[in-house]
Amino acid sequence: MSRTGKSHKRLDGFQRLLLLLVICMVMLLGYIIWSTPGSKPVLTDAVAQMQEYSGVESPVTAVLLNFRGYDTLLEVMVLLLAVIGTWSLTEAFFPVQGSEISPVQMGAVRLLAPVMCLVAAYLVWQGSHLAGGAFQGGAILGAAGVLVLVTELPGLRTIPVLSLRIGLVLGPLLFTGTALFCLFITGDLLGYPKGAGGWMILLVETGCAVSIGLTLALLFAGGRPDKESIWKNNP
Amino acid sequence: MSYFIFTIFDIVLVLSMVWIAWHLLGTEDIFKAVVLFISFGLLMALAWVRMRAPDVALAEAALGAGLTGPLFLSALRRMNRPRKGERRLDSDEKR
Amino acid sequence: MITTLIYSLTGLILFGMGFFTLIIHSHPLRKILAVNVMSTGVFLILVATAYIPLGEGEIDPVPHAMVLTGIVVSVSVTALALILACRIQETSNSSLPGRKQQGEVPEESIG
Repeated sequence: MSRTGKSHKRLDGFQRLLLLLVICMVMLLGYIIWSTPGSKPVLTDAVAQMQEYSGVESPVTAVLLNFRGYDTLLEVMVLLLAVIGTWSLTEAFFPVQGSEISPVQMGAVRLLAPVMCLVAAYLVWQGSHLAGGAFQGGAILGAAGVLVLVTELPGLRTIPVLSLRIGLVLGPLLFTGTALFCLFITGDLLGYPKGAGGWMILLVETGCAVSIGLTLALLFAGGRPDKESIWKNNP
Repeated sequence: MSYFIFTIFDIVLVLSMVWIAWHLLGTEDIFKAVVLFISFGLLMALAWVRMRAPDVALAEAALGAGLTGPLFLSALRRMNRPRKGERRLDSDEKR
Repeated sequence: MITTLIYSLTGLILFGMGFFTLIIHSHPLRKILAVNVMSTGVFLILVATAYIPLGEGEIDPVPHAMVLTGIVVSVSVTALALILACRIQETSNSSLPGRKQQGEVPEESIG
């Protein structure tokens, strides 16, 4: 009877009703999916036609940063908003200092963090012709940041907050600046001028990757930098 | 023949995904649920590769395993940490 | 066609399981996990509808791009929700002493 694998807990009336409703909904939606005719995707040909004008060879990157650039621009803003929300809620949670960092962990960070940065840079560069791009590169950068945060290096507290803020807005600013520049040159927001699409997309992607990585690492840190370091660096 | 093998692979992958999701949603232990969620993300990355979406697979592998799991684990630690002046029973110690 | 169907129905089942757990359980971390499973199901349906077997044409990249943005946004939303849940627990612990005992139980279910 129990759907969630807990056999010792009986479901009461409300939960049974809910289970019934959820099963009905799933079956209805399943019938809809079942009866949808398998049609040819509509947008494939449109994207393939415009591919050579986009300045990149990978269709996903072309869609992300050229054809549907608004989407990505707003998404980068959403990421920035998430960090602002986090910073306004709590201070960063650093556990009690004083414990020694084990040499194995230290060695692992020393080895892995630069390699991860390299992989991230490669992914951003590769994004123009293969799978990869700003989000994947940014995710790897964020994972490297998490790795560094987990080791609780003592130097982390002395990072100036201003540099963090600049890094956070670097991607959104570059993106918005590019969009406005294109508006000025070609009359379309994010309508890249002919021939310049490739390097502009690479520029925007690099900035966004840095910002996304920093965003994810700061989300893991879970709050604004504590008052001490703000006081130390922004007197 | 090749289609047949692919379909078997699909069914095995799908069944393991549903099984892991069932256990992660139903288990009593939140820590176990988080660990199961990380492995669920890795299986999802496999599914994205199967559906010819390598971009999504890369992002899922990096985000699902590298970020979402640590986020949940640190939130778990933060919720269970002893508050100032009082010693709370840390439910992680029992495991 | 069969692959699209298999993965779409799996996404649907994941969505339903996540939805049920989201309403039934009261622990905030479990709710956030359930929302993540639900979003994964939706992404699975989106990508599965764009799937075409190898050799029968190009894949539609638009759903892939949408899912890619969706995954990144869902991670940031998860982070924000987790911090909100932590804050709620901290403040309710300090202001409501009666809830302390409940906070220790790793999992509780609404009766």
